[in-house]
Amino acid sequence: MSAHATSPQFKDNAHRALQDTQLQKALGNVRHNFIERRAQAAARLPEFEALRDQARDLRDHVLAHLDLYLEIYERKVTEAGGHVHFARTAEEASRIVVDLAKARGAKIVTKGKSMVSEEIGLNAALERAGIEAVETDLGEYIIQLRGEAPSHIIAPAVHLNQEDIESDFRRVHTWLPKDRDLEAPESLLAEARATLRAKFLASDIGITGANFLVAETGTSIIVTNEGNGDLTQTLPKMHVVVASIEKIAPTLEDVAGIMRVLARSATGQDMSVYTTLSTGPRRPGDVDGPEEYHVVLVDNGRSNMLGTDFEDMLRCIRCGACMNHCPVYHAVGGHAYGWVYPGPMGAVLTPSLIGVDQGGHLPNASTFCGRCESVCPVRIPLPKLMRHWREREFERHLSPATVRSGLAVWAFFAKRPKLYALSARIGIGLMGLAGRSRGRFAWMPFAGGWTKYRDLPAPQGQTFQAMFKRQRGASR
Amino acid sequence: MSESPKNPKVGLFVTCLVDLMRPSIGFAALKLLEDAGCEVVVPAQTCCGQPAFNSGDRQTTRDIALQVIDAFSDCRYVVAPSGSCGGMISRHYPELFHDDPGLAAKARALAARTFELVSFLTDVMKVEEVVARFPRRVTYHDSCSGLRELGVQSQPRKLLATIHGLELVEMEENDVCCGFGGTFAVKYGEISGAIVEKKSENIVASGAEVLLAGDLGCLMNMAGKLSREGKTIEVRHVAEVLAGMTDEPAIGAARDRDS
Repeated sequence: MSAHATSPQFKDNAHRALQDTQLQKALGNVRHNFIERRAQAAARLPEFEALRDQARDLRDHVLAHLDLYLEIYERKVTEAGGHVHFARTAEEASRIVVDLAKARGAKIVTKGKSMVSEEIGLNAALERAGIEAVETDLGEYIIQLRGEAPSHIIAPAVHLNQEDIESDFRRVHTWLPKDRDLEAPESLLAEARATLRAKFLASDIGITGANFLVAETGTSIIVTNEGNGDLTQTLPKMHVVVASIEKIAPTLEDVAGIMRVLARSATGQDMSVYTTLSTGPRRPGDVDGPEEYHVVLVDNGRSNMLGTDFEDMLRCIRCGACMNHCPVYHAVGGHAYGWVYPGPMGAVLTPSLIGVDQGGHLPNASTFCGRCESVCPVRIPLPKLMRHWREREFERHLSPATVRSGLAVWAFFAKRPKLYALSARIGIGLMGLAGRSRGRFAWMPFAGGWTKYRDLPAPQGQTFQAMFKRQRGASR
Repeated sequence: MSESPKNPKVGLFVTCLVDLMRPSIGFAALKLLEDAGCEVVVPAQTCCGQPAFNSGDRQTTRDIALQVIDAFSDCRYVVAPSGSCGGMISRHYPELFHDDPGLAAKARALAARTFELVSFLTDVMKVEEVVARFPRRVTYHDSCSGLRELGVQSQPRKLLATIHGLELVEMEENDVCCGFGGTFAVKYGEISGAIVEKKSENIVASGAEVLLAGDLGCLMNMAGKLSREGKTIEVRHVAEVLAGMTDEPAIGAARDRDS
């Protein structure tokens, strides 16, 4: 079962987020740190813009030949001694993993950070089968303690402050002495590390996502900053990679190209700290590695996007730059979006994966400021794709009735310039008179969404076209 | 584009907001264009169609776009005192007609002739300076469509620098959205309000007495927030200052009782 969505309640979610002072404090970090670091990283690399073009073209090439590359990839994984499982839906993907775990008699699995495992609701499925799933990325571990979903695709706990995290540790790690200092982030990290070390050693299966699946070699690649992914995939006897079908790259050389824009766009690092390649299970003579290697390839609606207006979205390499630069994300944070993927990429992807009837608010809740597109490393035209969702909603009569009727009245006048000029002159004249003394309105019928939060400046009282005609009408 | 004639015929696309809310911006644009040597006409017009376009109503958008294409067909250039409406015509009209090559060609032809006011003055008419006095400390907000669709950023600053007495102080995050977003400001008023609250903090922190920008929608949003917060910062369209036409009360400001 896919993760549960509260996206239809986006407005309520957003309202709560805006009232949450702790959340607002935490969001301040996104607003500044990520943006500055990305800008500096991009500025340090003269060919950065050209690399973005290259990354876009490569991703487009892969999507145009996805069937071909998936077949090659499957063959190469099999040749290396691994197994590839294709999953059409979230349910199927979770079932495959659970069945693998049951077959091994697994009691505990460790997990590297993976958004697609959130998408398919994997932790819940494992739990239902009586298997303990332990998140080993520090941010993921923290939100697992809290029973929360990630609020950002690369910084899952970015909605939290240090003091929130400290109290979660004290609540769950009941063995901690009261006087144990957890003030410094390093001491939290040490505590998590000590706890997780035992889990790593006890783990029966390691589950990771993948940043890239390399067709040429059958290799899965993860890029991380904590090294937890390496312990996750090398210590247990079985490694299961869960990845969505579009993660394919033709060759290692191609991956090297895309990696030059990935970390720079995400965190402003030239490269992430760890880049880990896995090809099949442990071979004779290898010093480490799992006995079994499986890849679960998740479709879950993606192949339906191929060949449509939304295919461009499948270029996404999950860097998070779009949400880092989004004024709406800065205001409400990731949880308000109500499903797995927040921010501008989520506003396009969520309706594609769970339906526009569920995710319809998300592509509407954008000012179309275009900052996301301006930083996207693979140049996804995010505002345009959000607009396409609005078009689908309009065609299917899913847009709110008030919006539709308001638009219809406006369109009636906008398409009749003479009638428009006359009614505008009268309407604006009245409005100008009413607002003349104060210069603004604190309340206006049908514009409560505006006047509840700011004044509405009053019109000057005449239309430009009427005044212009009066002044120069005879000669023009 | 071939070299521009000295006195090109320019169709002023006033924009619906300027037409309805603040005609003085239209007259400022008119003066700037005429001072630059343009012959300015104002064909009958309503709106560029953006409210329909961004609400997903493609058919209405196409109807309105055809109206605009027709009304401005004999103008050498089309100029709008707005990056948002200018961007709509020059960036989005062509994509409306991708299924109709004839109309697409017409839309592309209009798109290629359409400019935002200030960038038209500097980039096409090669205006280097304006004759105006404005001895105030101002800050400038880069509206999103003008900035990211049309590359309007240095042009207004270049001309503002030639105004006598004007001091430009940049605010933090001057290139970040003010939260207007057209119908977004009403449909998601609370989020829009939160975004403009941050913008307002940056404006105030800049120490400027006057806020300028090139788009009336954004200006009304920011002026509305500043006045709701009791701030006395004056808010004007950049064209008013460039044209030296600042006698009208600022956006959202009261008219003097005796005027």
